[in-house]
Amino acid sequence: MREITFGAAVNEAISEEMRLDNSIIVLGEDVAEAGTPFKVLSGLVEEFGTDRVVDTPISEPGFTGIAVGAAITGLRPIVDIMFGDFLFLIMDQLCNQAAKTHYMSGGKLSVPMVLRTNMGATRRSAAQHSQSLHSLVAHIPGLKVAMPSSAYEAKGLMKTAIRDNNPVVIFEDKLMYNDKAEVPEEEYLINFGEANILHPGTDITLIATSSMVQQAEIAANTLADQNISAEVIDPRTISPLDENTLINSVKKTSHAIVIDEGHQNFGVTAEIAARISEKAFYYLDAPVQRLGAMDVPVPFSPVLEDLTVPTAQQIHDRAVMVLKGEI
Amino acid sequence: MSNKKDNKNSYLQMFRQMVRIRAFEEQANQLYLSAKMPGLTHMYVGQEAVAVGICEALTPNDKITSTHRGHGHCVAKGADFKQMFCELLGKKEGYCRGKGGSMHIADQANGNLGANAIVGGSAGIATGAALTAKRLGKKEVSVCFFGDGALGQGLLYETMNMAALWKLPIIYACENNLYGEYTKVEEMAAGDLKARAKGFGIESFEVDGQDVLAVNNLTQELVERARKGDGPFFMLLNTYRYHGHHVGDINREYYRSKEEEQLWRDERDPIKNLSMLLIDKKISTSEELKSIELEIEKDAEEAVDYALNAAWPEASEVNMHVFAAN
Ligand SMILES: Cc1ncc(C[n+]2csc(CCOP(=O)(O)OP(=O)(O)O)c2C)c(N)n1
Ligand SMILES: [Mg+2]
Repeated sequence: MREITFGAAVNEAISEEMRLDNSIIVLGEDVAEAGTPFKVLSGLVEEFGTDRVVDTPISEPGFTGIAVGAAITGLRPIVDIMFGDFLFLIMDQLCNQAAKTHYMSGGKLSVPMVLRTNMGATRRSAAQHSQSLHSLVAHIPGLKVAMPSSAYEAKGLMKTAIRDNNPVVIFEDKLMYNDKAEVPEEEYLINFGEANILHPGTDITLIATSSMVQQAEIAANTLADQNISAEVIDPRTISPLDENTLINSVKKTSHAIVIDEGHQNFGVTAEIAARISEKAFYYLDAPVQRLGAMDVPVPFSPVLEDLTVPTAQQIHDRAVMVLKGEI
Repeated sequence: MSNKKDNKNSYLQMFRQMVRIRAFEEQANQLYLSAKMPGLTHMYVGQEAVAVGICEALTPNDKITSTHRGHGHCVAKGADFKQMFCELLGKKEGYCRGKGGSMHIADQANGNLGANAIVGGSAGIATGAALTAKRLGKKEVSVCFFGDGALGQGLLYETMNMAALWKLPIIYACENNLYGEYTKVEEMAAGDLKARAKGFGIESFEVDGQDVLAVNNLTQELVERARKGDGPFFMLLNTYRYHGHHVGDINREYYRSKEEEQLWRDERDPIKNLSMLLIDKKISTSEELKSIELEIEKDAEEAVDYALNAAWPEASEVNMHVFAAN
C-alpha cells in the first residue's frame, strides 16, 4: 500500500470532504497561500479558492465565534488554530458557545464544526508553543476530542470529524507531520469512540494517545525481548472514550500504564486510571500507573524540556517494575 | 532629521545600539543556520530604529513589554549580549536560566518585562505596569511594543480603552512592518490603523520607523507628557523586517518580492541612513563608525563563544520556579 505523511493525510481528508460538500469552509491564520506554517493545507486554496479557504486576521476568538455562528446557520467550518496553546484565547467561544448550543437550545440548534489544532513538546518552542491541552477540552460536555496517532488515523478521524454534527476538536502532534504510514487510496472512516488495539498482549496494558502510541509500541517491542507481552491500545478519541475496550484489556492483563502528553495533574491519565479503578479494580494485580507530561510549564532549554515528556524507556522501566511487584 | 538629544554622545549611542542589535541578530541567525540554536527565532533586523529610538527616550525604571520578535527591544533596553545568547541557547546563565528562550527573554533589571509568544499577549501586562506606576505615584512610563498583526487581537482594544479611561502613563507602539507572518497588513486590518486608538480618545502619531532620530524625538515628547499624566498615547511606526518571519522562512517570494526587500535595504536602512547623516553633518567620521561596528561585532562573537561553552541548567531546575516562594 502507498505511504503518505501525516500532514498529507490531513490534507487529503479535508480536500476529499470539501469536494463532496460545498458547505465546508476552512478559516484560520495563513491557511490559504501559505498553507499553514506546517504546510499541512498546501494546495487547498488553489483548488477551492479564497471563498472557501479563508485567511483571517490574528483574531482567534473572533474567527472561532464566526465559525460557531456559521455552523449553526448552515455552513460546516473547519477552524485552524495554529498552535494548541492558543486554545486559551478561544475558550469562551469553544466551551461556552460551541459546546453548549445544542443542549441549551433543547436540540434545536447544532454546531457542526471541526477545530483542528496541535499539541506536543520537544520542538524547543518554550512554554507558550508546546502545550498539550486536550484534556481541558475533553472536560467540557458537548465537545468531542480526537487524537490521531498516525497518518492513517489522521485521515480517518478527520473525515469522521467533518461529518459529525457536533463541535469536534482534533489535536495533531506537530512533530508527527512528516511521519509516514500506509494510507489506503479508497475512502475509509474511523468511528469515534472505538479504541484501536495495535499490539495484542497478555501481561500488561499500555494505553497511549497521539505520539505516545509510538513510544508505547517501542516499549512493547523492548518488553517482548524480555518475554513480557504488552497490549498497546490507542483510544483514538478521548471524548467519547471507548471504556469497554480499555477495561476488557485490563481485566485480561491485570496491569495497566496510561501514557499521555498532557500534564499528569487532572489529565487524561488521571481520568483513564480512575475509570480502570472503578470498573476493573478487582482484576488488578498492581496500582494503575500514569505517565504524563511533567507538571511544569514546558521549559525552553533542551536539557530540561526532554525531562518533561514520557519516553519509551520510561514506559519500559515502569512496566518492568509493575510486573515485578515493585510498585 | 533633527534631534533634541543633539549632542554627539547621544547620536553615537543610538548608532551603537542599532549596530548592537544587528550584530546580535547576525550571530543569532548564524547559530540557527549552523544548527547550534534550539528551535526557531524571529529576526529584528531592519526595525532597529524603532526599538532604539524609543528605548533611548526611557530610563531603566521605565517598563517595556516585547514580542516574539523581541531581541531588538531587549538589546535596546540595555541587555547584555552574553546573558542573551545564553538564553537563546538554553544555558543556565541566560536571562531566564534557559527556561524562556528567544520568545520569552526578559531583563527585569533594565525594565524589560519580557518578550511574549502570544501575539498581542502583553497588552495587558504593559497596561498593568502603567497602572502600578500611577497607583504608586512613580513617574514611570510603560511602552507596549507590538506588531501590526496584534491589531487583530481584542485584548489590545480592551486595554487601550481602560488606559484611556484611567489616563495611564503608557505608550502603545505599533511596529507596522507590513506583514504578519505571510500575510500583508491590508489583508488583516480594515480601515485606518491609527483611528483605532483615536476612537478611544487616545492621541495617535505616525512616524517613520526607519528614522531613529524622528522616533526618538517623538518618544521623548510623549514620555515627558505621559510622566505628567497626559497619557496614554499610540504610535504607529512604519518599518520593515529584512529577514523572513522566522529564520526558517527562506523562500518567501510567494508573499513578497525580492525587489521590495532590496529596496528597503538599499534606501531605507536605519543604520546606513544615520551613518550618512552623522558623516554629512561632521558629527562623526566613517572611520569612527567603522571602528564602533568592528568592536561590537567582536563583542557579539565573543558572547556567542561564551554562550556555546556555558553550562546547561541542572536537571533539578526543571520543577523549580513553578511557584514563587512566600
Ligand atoms: C495569539 C497568537 N496567534 C497566532 C500566533 C502565531 N504568530 C506568531 S507571530 C505571528 C505574526 C505576528 O505579526 P505581527 O504582529 O505583525 O508581528 P511581526 O511578526 O510582523 O513582527 C503569528 C500569527 C501567535 N504567536 N499568537
Ligand atoms: Mg508585522
